[in-house]
Amino acid sequence: MRRLAGLALLAVVLVGACLASIAVGAKAIPLGGVWHAVFTPTGLEDDIVVRSLRMPRTLLGVLAGGALGLAGALIQGHTRNPLADPGLLGVTNGAAFFVVIGIYVFGVGSLYGYVWFAFAGALAASVAVFLLGSVGRGGPTPVTLALAGAAVSALLAALTSAVVLIDVQTLDAYRFWAVGSLAGRDVEIAGQVIWFLGAGALLGLAGAPALNALSLGEDVARSLGHSVQRTRVMGVVAITLLAGSATAACGPIAFVGLVVPHVVRSFTGPDYRWLLPASALAGGALLLVADVIGRVVVRPGELQVGIVLALIGGPFFVWLVRRRKMVAI
Amino acid sequence: MAVLDRPVHRVPGRPAFRARRVSLVWRPRYVLVFLLGVAVLVLGVAANVGRGEYPIAISDVLAVLFGGGEQSQQFIILELRLPRSLTGVLVGGALAVAGAITQSIARNPLASPDMIGLTAGASAAAVFVIVLGGGFGAVGGFLASAGLPMAAFLGGLATATAIYALAWRRGVHGFRLVLVGIGLQAMLLAIVHWLLVVAEVFEAARAYVWLNGSLNARGWEHVLPVSIALAVLLPAAFVLAHVLGALQYGDDTARGLGVPVNRARSLLLLVAVGLASVATASAGPIAFVALVSPQIAQRLVGGARPPIGMSLVVGAALTVISDLVARTAFGATELPVGIVTAVLGAPYLLYLLARHGREARA
Amino acid sequence: MTPMTSTDAAPVETATAVRLQAERVRLAYGERTVVDGLDLDVVAGTITAVIGPNGCGKSTLLRALGRLLKPTAGQVLLDGRRIDKMPTREVAKVLGLLPQAPTAPEGLTVADLVARGRHPHQTWYRQWSADDEEAVAQALEWTGIADLAERPVDELSGGQRQRAWISMALAQGTDLLLLDEPTTFLDLAHQVEVLELVRRLHQEAGRTVVMVLHDLNLAARYADRLIAMRDGRIVAAGEPSEVVTEPMLAEVFGLAARVIPDPVAGTPLVVPIGGHAQSP
Repeated sequence: MRRLAGLALLAVVLVGACLASIAVGAKAIPLGGVWHAVFTPTGLEDDIVVRSLRMPRTLLGVLAGGALGLAGALIQGHTRNPLADPGLLGVTNGAAFFVVIGIYVFGVGSLYGYVWFAFAGALAASVAVFLLGSVGRGGPTPVTLALAGAAVSALLAALTSAVVLIDVQTLDAYRFWAVGSLAGRDVEIAGQVIWFLGAGALLGLAGAPALNALSLGEDVARSLGHSVQRTRVMGVVAITLLAGSATAACGPIAFVGLVVPHVVRSFTGPDYRWLLPASALAGGALLLVADVIGRVVVRPGELQVGIVLALIGGPFFVWLVRRRKMVAI
Repeated sequence: MAVLDRPVHRVPGRPAFRARRVSLVWRPRYVLVFLLGVAVLVLGVAANVGRGEYPIAISDVLAVLFGGGEQSQQFIILELRLPRSLTGVLVGGALAVAGAITQSIARNPLASPDMIGLTAGASAAAVFVIVLGGGFGAVGGFLASAGLPMAAFLGGLATATAIYALAWRRGVHGFRLVLVGIGLQAMLLAIVHWLLVVAEVFEAARAYVWLNGSLNARGWEHVLPVSIALAVLLPAAFVLAHVLGALQYGDDTARGLGVPVNRARSLLLLVAVGLASVATASAGPIAFVALVSPQIAQRLVGGARPPIGMSLVVGAALTVISDLVARTAFGATELPVGIVTAVLGAPYLLYLLARHGREARA
Repeated sequence: MTPMTSTDAAPVETATAVRLQAERVRLAYGERTVVDGLDLDVVAGTITAVIGPNGCGKSTLLRALGRLLKPTAGQVLLDGRRIDKMPTREVAKVLGLLPQAPTAPEGLTVADLVARGRHPHQTWYRQWSADDEEAVAQALEWTGIADLAERPVDELSGGQRQRAWISMALAQGTDLLLLDEPTTFLDLAHQVEVLELVRRLHQEAGRTVVMVLHDLNLAARYADRLIAMRDGRIVAAGEPSEVVTEPMLAEVFGLAARVIPDPVAGTPLVVPIGGHAQSP
């Protein structure tokens, strides 16, 4: 019952965050104006701000945050490492590298263009990490995946830096994308990634029972009839689709995937059938809240959500670590 | 203890090296690989020093380094070029030893100083100074006047202190330390990213170069502070390393063996922080050296944990050779050394991982 | 509590000296108090076994005796001195501890593991002296695993691995040995093997041993002195024949059983009644 209540609470928080995201922004619009914009738009400037800027942004925040939360819970479960972040599979750095190549080699300048490159890069990187982490008998283990991920991520980061340093204009374009932001992205961006994101979510959620079995050990999982190899592959594909989509749409956003599963686990327990959806809801809520704060804190300017997340998330995470024994997974 | 009435014979697999009161386990593989590593390092330094507007052959460089050589070359080598390579050797070695210590303590191959926030603090402070100049009130002014290396050093120390204080709770457990480090690192990196965004583009470029680690224009004034720090900290690391072996057995067994666990860990971490901070202050955060050198060293030499001495040699060699590649591979453009260390180090680590399959362990 | 004299010709000078003492100790993990107001004397040259149901505090008591857990009240004394005031290294030369399920780094050989036991006697420049080598060689010989010296610890069977750990504790050269559940997870033959080894340690090498055991019958057979605990208190202490009685079993373990003399050793043998309630 506690879990159901917790899930319901998260859903309420998410809805609240959505409402806040629509109502609050760098430009102060009274609630009446917001209502007007949402339900009876008449082409006023405020209507445009709410409908074209804030609503798509909210939608993107929910999708990206949910994807990252879910991906974080998945990778912590698969690598059995509470420090794992979806970026551990190289997704973030792969996306960054391909984006930079896109800017430098192909002269891509728009966010729409970035999305495809980022996605391709995320895929390529995680495939590489998975293959490299699987060398040796029996497929990937948590340690080999983590080490392979660290190595590939570092390599890609270095290559990205190399390109960026060769061409200053590339640096100029890249540094804004690299921060991670929900700003300036309209519904089409969400539309570009939503199919992949949806597929990843379905794949991830469907793998919950298998992940539960895996957490008891590979031998126990096999005796229960699960194929360890297939579960791992499904997991990696899901993580790549989810984290890749989020990164492609918004740039690299750290921390959501790392922190959210730990917070959520305190009331869902280790059962992935509850943990996964809860992480998705919490991730979406967290990202939106961070975004709203970013819009308000330096009015009329904005602080990018990636930065707000780290500045809030950091102390919160440290507080969490101090307060309790981190639940072993 | 009762005297047991049996013939005493040698323990197989542990030949001894003894000289008066000094005694060690003689491990031929370690010694051989170490000497080879040193040879590679010396050659790397010679090749790097030989490169430049007036190319000098390796044999000539070696001649000068060992005391002889032509007068005209002596000046170029000793005054102009050697400092850069020497900085690379010292910085690379310091980072590698810091990495070996943190990985051993955390018993986790991913726990290197650049993953748990130690170098992020230095980076944040340095980028602060580069981008904001002296702005941002008292803190900024103080940092700027201290100069870039000092700011980086102080940033590293401050971060380490914060991590330690926040992780302390009736003692420091490796796990909590790493988690707190990761949390702080994310915050600091976010600050760095924000600074890069608000900066003018050329400031951002300058900051970016520093962030990747560079040995450019490093002279004797850089070599000196790092040498002093290493002269103090390295012997401390070697003395304390004796305890690292016992720490690998878990806290309870280690205490049973007479290791004052909390005190030993604190001292070791202090040494690691000092080494990482000085290195970062000198040459910027050269990525990956601290992570990969101990792992490479451990796989080359065998053993249950990353070896301190061998890590030093691997780190130094990796840095110097990367510097050579960084200066020459792209013609006129000189890349920061940190880029090449990752490009060289990562594939090698992956190769070692592949060869040894599942034997991946700190 | 009367100190027990050694029942055999162990070559120790002070046969009735109390080496290790707990005085009114309270042991707690955070808010949870596990043991309160406990007194215990360990006499030189004896084997003491601590028995009791799960969660009674026996491992906690052993950890406190081994200086791994600081009492929140009371004190632990080693040879009359407060153990928490002594440097860890000094304690490690007199008191050796083998925790439950100890872990060694991967890839370690048996010889390396046993050699690690010499740590309290080593310094950074004296890592493998002649004394160290002799102690390790003797320890390996003594526990009968000298031929396994170069094998990796991971490849050993459970019984062999436990012997290797005991060998490490033996190489440490301490007079006192604390063993936390040294026989759990071993099959019966290996349990007996380990306990025979402990008995030889005591008889031939004069060590004082305190061990936590689960098996009542083996404890009764191999220990000079039994300590039965329940809910953090000592319920009974003394010779096995005095301690292992039917009323004690009922009170401490909630077990209905018959106690008969062991046909081989004469020590008390516990025979649970269970569902086969026959008339006595």
